[in-house]
Amino acid sequence: MFNPDFESMPVTKLKELQLERLKWSVRHAYENNAVYKRKFDAAGFHPDQLKSLDDLRRVPFLTKHEMREASPFGLFAKPMKDVVRLHSSSGTTGNATVVGYTRQDLDTWATLIARCLSACGATEEDIVQVAYGYGLFTGGLGLHYGVEKLGATAVPISGGNTDRQLMLIRDYGTTMLACTPSYAINMIDFAAKQMPDFDFKKSKLRRAIFGAEPWTEAMRKEIETRMGIDAYDIYGLSEVMGPGVSNECSAKQGLHVFEDHFLVEIIDPETGEVLPEGSLGEIVYTSLTKEACPVIRYRSRDITRLYRDVCSCGRTHIKMDKVTGRSDDMLIIRGVNVFPSQIETILMEIEGVEPHYQIIVDRKGTMDDIEVMVEVEEAIFSDELKVMNALRDRITNRFRSVLGISAKVTLAEPSSIARSQGKAQRVIDKRK
Amino acid sequence: MKITQLSVFAENRPGRLQEILGILAKANINIQTLTIAEVTDFGILRLIVDRPEEAYQALKAESVTCSRTDVLAIVVENKPGALFRLMEAFSKHQLNIEYMYAYANPGQADSIMIFRFENLDAAQTALLAEGIQLVPRSEIHDK
Repeated sequence: MFNPDFESMPVTKLKELQLERLKWSVRHAYENNAVYKRKFDAAGFHPDQLKSLDDLRRVPFLTKHEMREASPFGLFAKPMKDVVRLHSSSGTTGNATVVGYTRQDLDTWATLIARCLSACGATEEDIVQVAYGYGLFTGGLGLHYGVEKLGATAVPISGGNTDRQLMLIRDYGTTMLACTPSYAINMIDFAAKQMPDFDFKKSKLRRAIFGAEPWTEAMRKEIETRMGIDAYDIYGLSEVMGPGVSNECSAKQGLHVFEDHFLVEIIDPETGEVLPEGSLGEIVYTSLTKEACPVIRYRSRDITRLYRDVCSCGRTHIKMDKVTGRSDDMLIIRGVNVFPSQIETILMEIEGVEPHYQIIVDRKGTMDDIEVMVEVEEAIFSDELKVMNALRDRITNRFRSVLGISAKVTLAEPSSIARSQGKAQRVIDKRK
Repeated sequence: MKITQLSVFAENRPGRLQEILGILAKANINIQTLTIAEVTDFGILRLIVDRPEEAYQALKAESVTCSRTDVLAIVVENKPGALFRLMEAFSKHQLNIEYMYAYANPGQADSIMIFRFENLDAAQTALLAEGIQLVPRSEIHDK
């Protein structure tokens, strides 16, 4: 554990710390940012009214839309002379959001990433290959400074250049990989095709920290088996800080949210009502220590569940489930809610099917039409039509029984679906 | 006696067959015969070529999904009833045909047909016992 005093703090003490920090954070936002002041005033809320953690419910939500409206610097609560770095959200579902960091914010961020790496079993002995993109995206630099904070060795290769990635894993004896899960699969495929003498199992790679996109338990098993490693989920969003808001521990059962820096709530995405612990809903973030860009009740659109258990790793911080989908990513097909991650799980379960797929949604007349393109690798290819048709039927039937919708399944040639160096474009929704 | 057939997975769209054949042309592969089994959105291309292993590697290198399948090449006399008599032998031995197609055998008196059986080894043994003439690998493939 990187910060045992904070990470395993007794819950009652942790809540006292949260309240103390929450009071500071809410006041900081109100006094130093015009947008927050206007919002709080309009809702009839004043920071003096905050006496308990529950009083947070009286504070209005901050939406993604408001954040974009305020872009680039409208939500900063520190003058630019104190802001030492900018990052930007990837803007996958709309315009990008700009976030700023003070020197103190960067130090907090690096510390939290160091905690994440440590939770994955990394120590200062590790050589960590950071294959997230370096730049405005929070993944690369975020992980980079966390690796240095931990005292491990950072290999700042950034994303892409897959042949070079593999050479460095071999030549530098990289022990840990940090990238998106889809890029890890890309690396495995590339090695199998282009570098037949490269064997992950003969490399020193032992663990990986994957994030920036939702991935499933089936995908974890596949990557762990093929790379011969332990893979952990890191979660974050640039609006709140970047990666490192929460991370899995050795238990690989839920992600601990760093509660000494973030306060989390689960709400009903329709009504905004706060739901009891354990309910599935939209996760809402409040930063407790951020200086440059405080977020107060930020609606993430990410769907998950929060629960506190006695974790074998010794951390007391609340856990969130792996994010199953973003309410923005949720597809409503003929009235049925479908997350791309569910489709991925089904494909992974059907033996041999590589997780290269694309979902195309369209509207034919008044009917929603969903097509799932699945790439056919040699392992599942048969020269008999009846075998190929049976494979397609099996996938179609699984979709129908698990998702409750009928989807058109199309078998596609390898590489016909664009490969990602970063985030995978899994969904094309032509209805919009 | 088994012949190597290449089976290629191909999306059903204009130009795709040309692209695949282009890969083989570039590798200087001669195609002796070819047939396509298709459904609406994809097809399976079945080819007999002079150098199957080289052709397979050339296609793999271009990320084309393909596999090697064993088939039998059988001589069919060029006269009435020849194919019928062949089928009689298949029936007698309960041999089930998965698919069959003709092989180009220009300038020769007899025809050759390619057969894929559910159980290829059993088929080969039975046909040899019946005195049916199978074309040896060396006559089809260069290597």
